[in-house]
Amino acid sequence: MSRMVFLAPLALFVVLGIYFAVGLTRDPSYMPSALIDKPLPVFDLAAIEGVELGFATRDLDGEVALINFFGSWCISCIVEHPVLMDIAAREDVIIAGIDWKDEPGAGARWLEQRGNPYTLIGDDPTGRTAIDFGITGAPETFIIDRKGRIRYRFAGPITPLIWKRDLKPLVEQLRQEGDDAP
Amino acid sequence: MRRSLISAALALILAVAFVAPVLAVDPDEVLDDAVLEQRARDLSRQLRCVVCQSQNIDNSNAPLAKDMRLLVRERLVAGDSDEAILTYLVARYGDYILLKPPVQTNTAFLWAAPALIFAFAAVIAGFYLARMRRADNDAADKR
Repeated sequence: MSRMVFLAPLALFVVLGIYFAVGLTRDPSYMPSALIDKPLPVFDLAAIEGVELGFATRDLDGEVALINFFGSWCISCIVEHPVLMDIAAREDVIIAGIDWKDEPGAGARWLEQRGNPYTLIGDDPTGRTAIDFGITGAPETFIIDRKGRIRYRFAGPITPLIWKRDLKPLVEQLRQEGDDAP
Repeated sequence: MRRSLISAALALILAVAFVAPVLAVDPDEVLDDAVLEQRARDLSRQLRCVVCQSQNIDNSNAPLAKDMRLLVRERLVAGDSDEAILTYLVARYGDYILLKPPVQTNTAFLWAAPALIFAFAAVIAGFYLARMRRADNDAADKR
């Protein structure tokens, strides 16, 4: 019994050590999206300057699509933009954009300079739709299925690797799901 | 010399004493209704800023925190209860938005941990004290 007592701190140390070692491999700032498998928030956004049509929830009925939050003020979006252009040019998937908290005209100028990967764009100058999506920063991208449910959220700039490894397979899988259903 | 030191110290104390705490809440956000404003401040202090995650939205300068403060006030003016506003944000951001984790199955261990640790320490202390008493008694018997 008395020898056990001396071993107790060692045992405690081992347990805590394992616990903290696992903790070190995790990102404490990571926030999982609360909207996975939930229906798309209801929104009806006006068009940004220089674009004819806005973007509303029902526009994506029956489509597998990417919804990408961007802003002309967002530095990471500059990094992400060419990747989106590439996806828009080479892949058969709708990319919808939501211009988050931009000055009037700033989003349009940004797209004019760099090219427009978006099929639909909505303007969210107040950031209220962004809050409905549970946005934590730009860029952030959601993948929705044919039934209008959010299936995936990616926070941060999409890179070619992330597209190929995570997003594209999911888009293809969601397409299949839609085809199987009556 | 001494007098100048004292007055310098006094000046320093006065300078610090009248500095208001730095507020992130902009004057144009503040509601006219003092009761609603107080509820907004209380709610804001319970909500995590999702950009700078160790701050609440009441003292965060992040634009997203400001949007949330405005949202909280808008819903208060619309007549929502405190509960309804928290539920609204939890539906969008999950429990992470709450600085105080709610008591539920996945946080049961978190909330029980202090009591468990205390109980563990009490058991060890109990053993230790019992042994000390025994040692004392043994020593007394020998005499």
